[in-house]
Parts: sequence; C-alpha cells; structure tokens
Amino acid sequence: MQNGTHNDLRQSEIEIKMVTRKVGVFYGEKQALYDVDLDIPARAVTALIGPSGCGKSTFLRCLNRMNDTIRDCRVVGDITLDKLDVYDSKVDVVQLRARVGMVFQKANPFPKSIYENVAYGPRIHGLAENTEHLDHIVETSLKQAGLWKEVGNRLQESGTGLSGGQQQRLCIARAIAVAPEVILMDEPCSALDPIATAHIEELMDELREQYTIVIVTHSMQQAARVSQKTAFFHLGNLVETDDTRVIFTNPKDERTQGYITGRFG
Amino acid sequence: MPQHIVQRYDDELKKLSTLIVQMGGLAESQLAAAVDAIVKRDSKLAEEVVQGDAKIDALRNQVDDFAIEMLARRQPMAADLRVIVAALRISSEIERIGDYAKNVGKRAVALNQAPLVRPVHAIPRMAALVQALIKDTLDAYITDDAAKADAVWARDEEVDDLYTSLFRELLTYMMEDPRSITPCTHLLFIAKNIERIGDHATNIAELIHYTVLGEMPKEDRPKGDDTAYAVVNVPGGQR
Repeated sequence: MQNGTHNDLRQSEIEIKMVTRKVGVFYGEKQALYDVDLDIPARAVTALIGPSGCGKSTFLRCLNRMNDTIRDCRVVGDITLDKLDVYDSKVDVVQLRARVGMVFQKANPFPKSIYENVAYGPRIHGLAENTEHLDHIVETSLKQAGLWKEVGNRLQESGTGLSGGQQQRLCIARAIAVAPEVILMDEPCSALDPIATAHIEELMDELREQYTIVIVTHSMQQAARVSQKTAFFHLGNLVETDDTRVIFTNPKDERTQGYITGRFG
Repeated sequence: MPQHIVQRYDDELKKLSTLIVQMGGLAESQLAAAVDAIVKRDSKLAEEVVQGDAKIDALRNQVDDFAIEMLARRQPMAADLRVIVAALRISSEIERIGDYAKNVGKRAVALNQAPLVRPVHAIPRMAALVQALIKDTLDAYITDDAAKADAVWARDEEVDDLYTSLFRELLTYMMEDPRSITPCTHLLFIAKNIERIGDHATNIAELIHYTVLGEMPKEDRPKGDDTAYAVVNVPGGQR
C-alpha cells in the first residue's frame, strides 16, 4: 500500500525519542523479557500489545525505571532518552520520572483536593515561581487533560470524589503538570466505560502533538485506534513492530496475525 | 449527525467522502471530454481521455486502502459502518464508469477515421442526460440526500428510452447503407457504454439510499431498455 494516510509517520520526519537495545529483564532467576530492540518515535503514540504475561508491561516499566522498585528485578541492555543513558548510576531517578511520567491502570488520585493533586508535582520539583504561576500550571494541565470544563469551578473538592473517567484524566493532568517529555500509560482505560474511554483516546490524540506516548493495552482495537506505531510482544520477545496501519492490515509475522485476528493457539 | 468524541474519526470520514467526490468529478469530466472528442472529431482529446483513466484507478486504490484501514482501526458501527462499506462499493462503481468513458474515448479515435454518419447527433444528448445523473448522484452523496438519490434512480429510465430509440435508428441506418456499418457499430457501442454509465450512477444512488436509510431500495428500478428483444425488419425483406 503506497498510499500513506495522515496516521502514518512520515519516514523523513521521524525523530526518535527513546531507544532500547537488547533489553532483558529478570525476576530473580526467571527471564521475563529477551533482547528488545525498539525505537520510540517522538510526538507519536506507540502501542505495546500482546497476550497476558508477554512482557509488555514489564518493558514499559523499564522505560522510567519503575522496575527498580521491585526486589530481585534486574534489567540488562541499553535504554536511552535523547542519548541519556537511563540506567546510568548518575541518573537521578526522581528527575527521570519527571521527564518520563506514568499513568496507571487504576486511577490513583491522592486523597487531596483536585487542585493539590495537580499542584503536588510542580511544587516538589520547584517548577512554580509563585502562587499565581502554580495556579496557571494547574489550570493549563487540567485544560490539556480535557477536565477543566468539568472541574474548573470546584478545584477544592476531593479528587477521589470524581467519576472513574474523570479521575483518570486527573491523573493525566497530574502527569502533564511536571512538563514530562514522555508519558507511559499502562492500560489507562481498562477500568472505564466506552464513553470515558473515547474521551481519553481523544485526549491522547491531542497530547501526541506535544508528548511522546507509550501505551500498554489489552485492547488491540484501542491500539488500532490511538497509535501510530504498534509493537507486538509474545513470550517475552518483541515479535514485530511497524506502522499501526501495517500491523492491523498486513502484519508480517504469523504470530502477530494470529493474535490480532483472535486465532491464537 | 453529532460529531464523534474522537475528532480524528470525523476527519477521516470527511477525507473518505472527499476522495469519492473527487473520483466522481473526474469520471464525470472524462465522459464529457470523450463525448466532446466525438462531436468535434478531436482524436487528440480522445487520446487524453484514454490516458486519463489511470487517475481514476489510482484514486480508487486510495479509497480502498483508506476504507480498509478505517475498518481495521476504527471498528465502525451502524451509520459509520454503512458509510465506509458504501464508499468501498461506490469507488468500484465509479471505477467502472471511468472504464466506460475510456472505451468511449477509444472508439472516438476509430470513429473519427470513418465517414461522418448522422445518428452521431443523439450521442451528446444522451451523454448530457447521463452526466446530469452523475452530477446529481454526487450532490446527493455529499448532502446525504436519499430523496435526491431516489430521483436519480428513477430518472435512468429516460436514458434507457433514448438508447432504445438510437439502437433502432442505427440498425435502420446500417441496413440502408452498408458503408455506414463501421461507424454505426462504434456508435452503437458508444451508446451502450453511456447507457451502462447511467446504470452505474443508479447503483451509486442505491448505495446512497442504503447509507442514509439503512436498507437498499425495495422496488425494482423502472427500466426502459428493450433492445434485448429488438428486431428490425429489412425493408423489402418480408415475404
């Protein structure tokens, strides 16, 4: 198919934000991920798909060293963020996670006000010069997360009082507030209804103009809808990665074909 | 219809219909140029029509690839599903229209090498009727106007009638003067091609009806092409 659509990334304009080479993960003796080589394009959505236990979440958690928090977990290989070696011992992990933010499967707002949920990050990272500036960051983050219209007039109410979909967007606002470059999303919609899911998907479409997004999703339909690049994982291996259009219309590997058509043995 | 929450979905549907309209406009002007080439006996123009069909074919591939991609990525439902499936089918109909226009162009080249015969005058009249069908179909497509599509669908009968009378005229002409058989045979095929283009326009009209209302038109289309049963007796040939 020579006729690319506006969903494809133009080859000539691709800027690579993160690069992984020969990344493997061990939990104790057991190896969960093998030799993953993946280029993650800037300002695009990359979807990681595959059956449960295929290693996609494990891989996602390598990208901002969330696996450091798991005992006995060992990561090998190279991961770079704009040439910065993510696993260099000199890297400040807190700073790294400000650059590579994360949104989880279950919305997990702090048991504080909506305002505090968003203001917390910029405050601890010293990103706000004064109160007005902090107000401004909170407002723009909530606007970018598509939540301002719904909560702008009740910022002092508790974040946990919002609906599930709103809570998830609050978590996205919280991630955006520290001005990250990459946002990792681990099944961000699996606990949401279809309308709340559509709002998050529309949000991702807007956010990708500015941020690099990597999403793990069990729903390959969602991967097809939101992403420009798709990577298929199976049994700890990266089987195939290509433009999303190609993965879902003409994948090269039989295992990919089997998985996306629901014929997996 | 209200917009989708995901705006890009609407953008894609819009792009799909823009491609269809572009394709239809191209087919319409290919037919106009082919008929012009006959009227003006302009073989250069006829050649351009023959070459020009490739553009329609390319657009058809583009529509199909894009529609398939949308099916794979958006998992369309209800009205969206009908729009995309109809786009796939409409693109084939337009592609066929393009093929017929191309064939008219080819025959124009041959016709221009033969002596002029009088029944040529009926061709532009018939073509104008069919062009109007295509144009109105495309208008109905852009505006999701099922009533307008149904009107086009019914109007094709006029084209059939015109074709039937031209068919008889050409047979008579050939019997009167065997030297006219070559140009008249080409004219016969040209008329048939144009008549077929009208049929494809009505197929598109049916698909518009389906897209908007969710079902194909129930009644059979009124048809006026009786040439399959036509017999013209040779003057003085009866016993």
